[in-house]
Amino acid sequence: MNIATIFEIVLAAVVLGLGIWTIAVRETYSATVGFVAYGLLVALIWVRLDAVDVALTEAAIGGGLGGVLLLGAAARLRDGERTVAETPGMVTRVSAVALSALTTAALAGAIVFLPDPAPTLAPTVVGHAWATSLANPVTNVLMAFRAMDTMLEKVVLLLSIIGVWSLAPDNAWGGHPGPRHRADPDGILVFLARLLPPIGIVVGIYIFWTGANHPGGAFQGGAILASMWVLAIMAGLTDTPPVARRWLRFVLVAGPGLFLLVGLGGLWFGTAFLAYPPALAKPLILGIEVAMILTIAATLGLLLAGAPERSVK
Amino acid sequence: MSLARDIITIAAVSAGAFFFLAGTVGLLRFPDTLTRLHALTKADNLGLGLVVLGLLPQAGSLRDGLKLVSIWLLVLLAGATVSQLIARTARQGETAK
Amino acid sequence: MTEFLTAAVGFILAMLALGLVSILRGPGDTDRMMAAQLIGTGGIAALLLLGTVTGVPAAVDVALTLAVLATFASIAFVKKGLSSLEADGIGSTEDHK
Repeated sequence: MNIATIFEIVLAAVVLGLGIWTIAVRETYSATVGFVAYGLLVALIWVRLDAVDVALTEAAIGGGLGGVLLLGAAARLRDGERTVAETPGMVTRVSAVALSALTTAALAGAIVFLPDPAPTLAPTVVGHAWATSLANPVTNVLMAFRAMDTMLEKVVLLLSIIGVWSLAPDNAWGGHPGPRHRADPDGILVFLARLLPPIGIVVGIYIFWTGANHPGGAFQGGAILASMWVLAIMAGLTDTPPVARRWLRFVLVAGPGLFLLVGLGGLWFGTAFLAYPPALAKPLILGIEVAMILTIAATLGLLLAGAPERSVK
Repeated sequence: MSLARDIITIAAVSAGAFFFLAGTVGLLRFPDTLTRLHALTKADNLGLGLVVLGLLPQAGSLRDGLKLVSIWLLVLLAGATVSQLIARTARQGETAK
Repeated sequence: MTEFLTAAVGFILAMLALGLVSILRGPGDTDRMMAAQLIGTGGIAALLLLGTVTGVPAAVDVALTLAVLATFASIAFVKKGLSSLEADGIGSTEDHK
C-alpha cells in the first residue's frame, strides 16, 4: 500500500462522496453546485489516468459550461419547486435503484475482467502520425482518422441550437436570446468582466493552438472562448445578438460547412471523402479547426444564452 | 545544486500545505459566512502561491515557470474579486433577515 | 521527492474534502457559492503537483483552464444566487441602476 495508492483512494472517495451528496441533496441550486464541483474533481482523475485531453474537456464542459447551463434550468424551476406535488412512487424508485446497480455492476465487471494487456489501437495511431505531421495522437484521431465523426458532432451541435431556438415564442422569433443583464458599471462584476475575457481569450486560443502537438484542441479552446463571451453578457457589457442576423448564422455553419467542403474536395481531387493529401494535411486540418473553434464558441455561448425572449424592436 | 532545489521544493510545498490546512480549519471553525470566506480565499491563495514557489525549481524551462506564476496571479485576481461578490450576496441575504 | 509530492497531493485533496463537507453542510446558498472557489484553488494546487509527480507536463494546461473556468463558474453562481434573492423581493446594491 504505497503513497500513490492511498492518494488514489482518497481521490476516489472524495469524488464518490460528492456524487452521492449531489444526488441526495434537496435544493436544485445545491445539487448544481455539487455537480460542477464533481466535474472539476473528475478532471483530476483524468489527469491521473494520463488522459489530459479528456481532462481539459471535462474541466471546460462539465465544470464550467455544463454547470452554468444547469444553473439556468434550476433557476427557471425554482418557483415551480414549491408547487411540485408529485413525487415518484415506490415502484419507480426501486426499479431506478435496480437499474443503476445493474449498470454499475456491468461497468465494473467490464473493467475488472478486461484482458491483460487490453486491446488497443494506440500504437497504430502513434505510428501513423506521419500522415498529418501532428504530434498529438488524439488530434490525429479526431481530425484525420475519424474525421467523419467529428464533422457529424458539429452538425449535432447545430441541430441542438436549432432545437433551442425553436422554443422561442412567436413575438420573439428571431430576437435576442435570454434577458438583458444589467450591472453597476463601477461595480466589481463589470471590472472582472472587463479584465478576465482578454486573458481568457488568450488562454482559449493557446489551448487550441497547442492541440496540434500537445493535449488541447479546438473544442476545449472553443469552450473557454464561449465562457468568456457569456461572462461579458452576464455583466451586461454586451447583449446577445439577435438570432436572425446573417453573420451569426454564417459563423454557426462555418465549422461543419468547411469540414464538408474539405471532405468533398477529398472526394473530387483525391481518393476518398475527407482524405487529405499528406503534404497539405496540416494546413487543411488547422484551417478546419479555426473555423470549428469559432463555430463551437458561438454555439456553446448561444446554448447557454437560451431561447430568444426579446424581439428585435 | 539538485539537493538545494529539492530542499526548496519540500520546504515551500510543506508551507503551502500548512496554509491549506489553516484555511480548511478556518472554514470548519469560523462562525459565519463572511469569516469563512476570508479563511477560504486568503489562506488557500497563499497556500497555492507557496506550492507554485515550490514547483518552480522543478520546472523544465523559463516558459514553464512563467506559466506557473501566471496561473497563481490569475487565481489571485479571481479570488479577490469573486470573494467580494460573494460577500455582497451574503451581506444582502443577512440584511433581509 | 515523488513520494513527498504524492503525499502533498493527497493531503491537499483531504483538505479539499473537509472544506467541501463544511461548505455543503452550511445553511445558505452563499455557502455553496464558495464551493467553486474552493475546488478551483485546491484543484489547481493538486493538478500542478500531480503533473510533476506523474511526469505529465500538460497538467499545467489543465490547471490554467481550471483557473479560468472555476472563476467563470463562481461568477455564474453568484449571479444566479443574486437574481434569486431579487426574485424574493430583496433589493440589490450591485445591479440594476
